[in-house]
Amino acid sequence: MSGTTIPETEQKGEEQKPQKDRPQDPGLSPMESLRWLWTQLTSMRTALVLLFLVALAAIPGSLIPQRSVTPIRVQDFQRDHPTLNKLYEPLGMYDVYSSPWFSAIYLLLFLSLLGCIIPRIRVYLRAVKTPPPRIPSRLTRLPESRTGQLKPGLAATEALEKATEVLKRKRFRVAASEGSAKQGDWRGLSAERGYLREFGNLLFHLSLVGVLIGVAWNNLYSYKGTAMVVEGRGFSNVITQYDEFRAGPMVNTDELPPFSLKLKRFFAEFEKGPVQRGAARLFRAEVTATSKDKTEDTAIEVNHPLTIGQDKVHVIGHGYAAHVTIKDGKGNLAFQGPVIFLPQDGNLTSMGVIKAPDARPKQLAFEGLFLPTAVVDQRGPHSTFPDAANPELFLNVWSGPPRQETGRPENVYVLNKAGLSQVTNESGGPVAIRLKPGTGYKLPDGQGSISFDGWSRWAKLQISHAPGLPVAFTSLALGTLGLCLSLFIRPRRLWVRLREDGQVEVAGLDRADSRSGLPEDVEELLATLAGESPDQRPEPPDPEPVATEGEKR
Amino acid sequence: MTLAEYASGGIVTAFIFYLLALLAHSAEWATLRGVPLRDTSATALAADDDEFDPARLRSDMFGRLGIILTGLGALSQLAGVVARGVAAGRAPWGNMYEFLTAALLFAVVAYMFGVSRWGLRWLGLPMTLLLSVGNGLAVTVFYVEIAPLVPALHSVWFIIHIVAACISAAAFNLGALASIVYLVKRSAVLRAEKRSPENPTLTGIMARVPSLASIDRFAYRAHAFGFPIWTFTIAAGSIWAEYAWGRFWGWDPKETWSLVTWVVYAAYLHARATAGWKGRNAAIIAVVGIASFWFNFIGVNLLVSGLHSYAGI
Repeated sequence: MSGTTIPETEQKGEEQKPQKDRPQDPGLSPMESLRWLWTQLTSMRTALVLLFLVALAAIPGSLIPQRSVTPIRVQDFQRDHPTLNKLYEPLGMYDVYSSPWFSAIYLLLFLSLLGCIIPRIRVYLRAVKTPPPRIPSRLTRLPESRTGQLKPGLAATEALEKATEVLKRKRFRVAASEGSAKQGDWRGLSAERGYLREFGNLLFHLSLVGVLIGVAWNNLYSYKGTAMVVEGRGFSNVITQYDEFRAGPMVNTDELPPFSLKLKRFFAEFEKGPVQRGAARLFRAEVTATSKDKTEDTAIEVNHPLTIGQDKVHVIGHGYAAHVTIKDGKGNLAFQGPVIFLPQDGNLTSMGVIKAPDARPKQLAFEGLFLPTAVVDQRGPHSTFPDAANPELFLNVWSGPPRQETGRPENVYVLNKAGLSQVTNESGGPVAIRLKPGTGYKLPDGQGSISFDGWSRWAKLQISHAPGLPVAFTSLALGTLGLCLSLFIRPRRLWVRLREDGQVEVAGLDRADSRSGLPEDVEELLATLAGESPDQRPEPPDPEPVATEGEKR
Repeated sequence: MTLAEYASGGIVTAFIFYLLALLAHSAEWATLRGVPLRDTSATALAADDDEFDPARLRSDMFGRLGIILTGLGALSQLAGVVARGVAAGRAPWGNMYEFLTAALLFAVVAYMFGVSRWGLRWLGLPMTLLLSVGNGLAVTVFYVEIAPLVPALHSVWFIIHIVAACISAAAFNLGALASIVYLVKRSAVLRAEKRSPENPTLTGIMARVPSLASIDRFAYRAHAFGFPIWTFTIAAGSIWAEYAWGRFWGWDPKETWSLVTWVVYAAYLHARATAGWKGRNAAIIAVVGIASFWFNFIGVNLLVSGLHSYAGI
């Protein structure tokens, strides 16, 4: 931070070194090379380049599907673009934000930031401790300076006291000094304000590190999982109850906070008018939440997650479950209950699989669609509205000899057709079942029957535990505050000199992107000290390269 | 006519006013083409002052007309946006059409304030061009009928997040337009210096817009004002996302591009403080910044699918 006379804008000041200063001598010792590297890394130019690189590197992730956001679209993309995939896969283009190259860029950026900020903290602390800088010998050379004669009858001490008072009222730090020059002895004041600018700048940059730490901490100690819960059913916070679960390495997944939820009802409302028909209007899950110390009936809506201890419960999806009863060839109950169908489009055309492995003599399985508002046209069966206005089930049937129990987990949403054959009708075509609630279907050859008893909704609950968020959000708030300070605080230095002969000099300097008010400050200070005097304000130098100033407009 | 129709009418009327204002400002610039600055100091005659140049007076008249037309446009826009909000019974920025018209309202209000406070009329031509194109797009491409909001938008953050986005949009757009004028004037200055190195003189409107240093300072102030608010916009969006979607940051395309925009503006602020990057390069970064901002608004909504797409578009 050099220069009391140069109105330096701000920020890293050590950039002016010409390029030829770079050591090119190959005989550099390892320590020197390291220092050279460090200087390069912490220079503002490198910071700028890294900033651009971060911006550039973030772009592909917004255009290419990402595994962390839409895993299914990644699979589709890989299938549709096999050639591009050969390039993208090794580059980590499907996981841009956790890829080594993206991480390398932002870690280098943070390293560069720290390397720049830490020395500046030292400089700043020193600047805060030292009094405002001494009075420059030639005040008239400063961007703003005025001279006058001390008011008659005003003693020098009194005058300086008055000036100090004015400066203190404007929140300047003031230091008095005296000395002698060719023209004689003088007494004067140095004043400075706007220390908070650099403080804000440092706070902002440190807060960015705080955000990074908060997010990293969160990645270690957070967990997040989802579970699809049908109306009337419950959920307990143990890992086996989750459909999907992701946890940081520091989470003990055997000891998740104990609580349970029961989904009493799920309400969904959709736009029925002509504009945006089918758009969601309301989602509301009525639940009973039981934690260690209490049981309460409450509701979860989209912007109102449920908080249980440190955990949050969001509703992040919904769909339909078909209640079916399956009897086997012997007339015994083979399966009964709700089966979750997974939505495929905005109108909740849903796909699902109903398995009755215990059916005898042959096990049975059904695969097909649940349509809340069923329509069959040239596109085939699909739903035209997300609400259950005309729910129907469309199923195909598979049967086969009972399978050996392996104990291996099986995806409940996918039918493994190995060892099964599709049930056909007399004409040899596959059996296609179309059911409305309350109806049933007898399979050919006495293989059994299925009835569609009704439907209910299910909600996809997300349970998340994110202990690093308060750190990250507090850092963000502090960072924004620091940013405001660093951009809006106007550091200013003012000097007053009283000469023996009664001459008053007042001058000032703005240290960051000059703002309005400096001439006024200097003027006011002069007015408190000097009486009527001829104006000796010199014209400030014109920064314009061309002599065509047009500011009159 | 229903209130909703009045609302659309207001936006269409504003569009027409902006178009007329654009014509007026074009005339303002065109009438000064090739007209050199008159210099009182050379002759000490008041009649030789630039203020009394007939071409200059004619241009000035067109300029004033442009401001009046823009002001009328701003009033129509205000009426249109407010009527839309009243007709919908909610804040009028629930889809692309509404957001664009609301954001342009903030921009035109900021501009009109700047005209009266800091003499921003030199931004008249680019500003009315922006307003015409923006409102034209809103009326023709993005228009949708009034409808209620999806559940994710039922939140107080719907006001906070989007108003902050509108304010920073206004600041960034004004700053970017100033940076473009800066680049144009800079190349004019360089050409003038090349033509006659001893006595470089500018003519036309470029001789009459503020000095390069003042334009640069205005652009910096606009960006410095917008940047913390944009930071806040992203932070508020992140908090809202944690409530609405159960995650604070998910690299949704809109989030990614907000961050890209933020980083570009951070680079702008750093560039202005770095030797060799001041002036021209900083101005170019500002233009890249606004391009990224607009891509985030239009490109991401239309080309990439993500969580920030509502109401069809």
